[in-house]
Amino acid sequence: MAAVTRPAARRATVAVRWMVLGLAGVFFVLPLYAMLDFSTKGVGGARDLSAWRAIPQDEELRGAIVTSMELAGLTAVLMLVLLVPTLTWVRLRLPRVQRLVEFLCLLPLIIPAIVLVVGIAPLYSWVTYVFGDTPLTLTFVYVVLVLPYAYRALDAGLAGMDLKTLSEAARSLGASWTTVMLRVVLPNLRGAVLSAALLSVALVLGEFTLASLLNFQTLQVAITLTGKRNAALAIAVSLAALVFAFVLLVVLTRLVGRRRDGAETLAPAAPTAVAA
Amino acid sequence: MTVSDAVVVRRQGTATAPGPRPTAARRRLLDHLGVLPFLAFVGVFLLYPTLTVVAGAFSDGADGVTLDNVRALSGPAYRDAFLRSLQLSALTAAIGAVSGALLAWAVVTGSPDGRLRRTVTAASGVLAQFGGVTLAFAFLATLGFEGIVTVVLRDSFGIDLFAGGAWIFELPGLVLVYTYFQIPLMVIVFLPALDGLRPQWREASDNLGGNAWTYWRHIGGPILAPAFLGSLLLLFANAFSAYATAAALISQGASIVPLQIRALQTGEVILGQQGVGKALGLAMVIVVTIVMALYALLQRRTTRWLR
Repeated sequence: MAAVTRPAARRATVAVRWMVLGLAGVFFVLPLYAMLDFSTKGVGGARDLSAWRAIPQDEELRGAIVTSMELAGLTAVLMLVLLVPTLTWVRLRLPRVQRLVEFLCLLPLIIPAIVLVVGIAPLYSWVTYVFGDTPLTLTFVYVVLVLPYAYRALDAGLAGMDLKTLSEAARSLGASWTTVMLRVVLPNLRGAVLSAALLSVALVLGEFTLASLLNFQTLQVAITLTGKRNAALAIAVSLAALVFAFVLLVVLTRLVGRRRDGAETLAPAAPTAVAA
Repeated sequence: MTVSDAVVVRRQGTATAPGPRPTAARRRLLDHLGVLPFLAFVGVFLLYPTLTVVAGAFSDGADGVTLDNVRALSGPAYRDAFLRSLQLSALTAAIGAVSGALLAWAVVTGSPDGRLRRTVTAASGVLAQFGGVTLAFAFLATLGFEGIVTVVLRDSFGIDLFAGGAWIFELPGLVLVYTYFQIPLMVIVFLPALDGLRPQWREASDNLGGNAWTYWRHIGGPILAPAFLGSLLLLFANAFSAYATAAALISQGASIVPLQIRALQTGEVILGQQGVGKALGLAMVIVVTIVMALYALLQRRTTRWLR
């Protein structure tokens, strides 16, 4: 950023800066405080933690939390299995297909989840027929949902390493392609793989549209259903989920920030058209 | 991996054992097999559903092709929903872009690796990507009928927030709650652009006798303009496609397009109405595509100065 040189201008800049930060602080902290207040409100102004204690006891919520965790893990794994070899292979051997793969990976950005659900609902009667009627089948459509973000993170990671030289060196020393992938590409891609995986986890844990309209009980769906019978409980879970996601992202920024090669991947991965 | 393994086996075979070398054409074919799993997956779970929507928009439910579904969109209910969706997206994109740009500027003038920047980035990531349903509940806890602000205003100041009706469940409420994910999104997408401004430019401007105004008017502003407009478009597309917050907040009724689609998707489908949901979906995709295409164009201009 531009260094402000004149003392008077500098003071003005500092004042404006703190005013902006202060306003933003109030604007964004107020709802969080309200959630904390609302979820601990007892009779006659006393504090009461019963809503928070109810979280682990609520059968429906507990099941949904477990489902969402499993979905997050499965989605991250399937995404990596699908994307890492494909993107590596395309970069090495099929540069002409690169544009097509990029286009397909970014396509979900122009197809809102609410539209995807309309097109995929008929398909899901087949999916549940083949794989059983379990919410874990959401993994497939969630991989589609995280494609753009995962692609950007992994692509930036691959662009940042000398893939051709490394793989040719390994191959000329007799390594198989599996060895190249597991022992040459993946270790060099650690930062990018980590951000792609954690972004996927955050996205899956926050996803509501597809789960709700395909009638599967995930964390976010359970929160809305809970909200209809017990507002304090729903608000307590919401706050817990927000804090959890925040911690997850802080860990991600820390880990990625430490590795300079991956530092670029977080910001370009963020532009989103699926928030909320 | 099996496909690439097959290629390995073949190539190792040709290196050690005498045998016909695979022709270039055959090798190219084998190379292409490597992207097959990816293409198959994307074909089934992304392209097929998309085509279902496009084809369904022009299908009469049997085998015929019809324009009735698309024509139905000009009916007053759908037209109003579209207008409201566009209004909501434009308004929250404008508010989000201006406030988010200011916040990003305030953050970026601090230390680049400081705690403030890390906290704001992580918090923005959460609100922009994860918000959805939880934001609706945060909003209810704050401004709902028993929300903390509502209660304080009512009991201490005698102000009834709802004197004008339950506005938080209508468009004004959506505008307010959407800014909670639009501003953070702006911070995330605009921070890198601000990082690209070089201190030397400001110093050069100062040395030539310029002040803050001349710097922003002639240097900073023009350089950031494409990035700002691009972010504005991204925010518009983001609000236009958003569903979760509105759905969690408004359980009945269909004031905006995504909620119209919900009503058609969950309700008893009246014969001939399945197509309308798909036509609505197609219209949404078209709007988002136009906006994102403009965004891509602006993005190209942005990278001329900022990288």
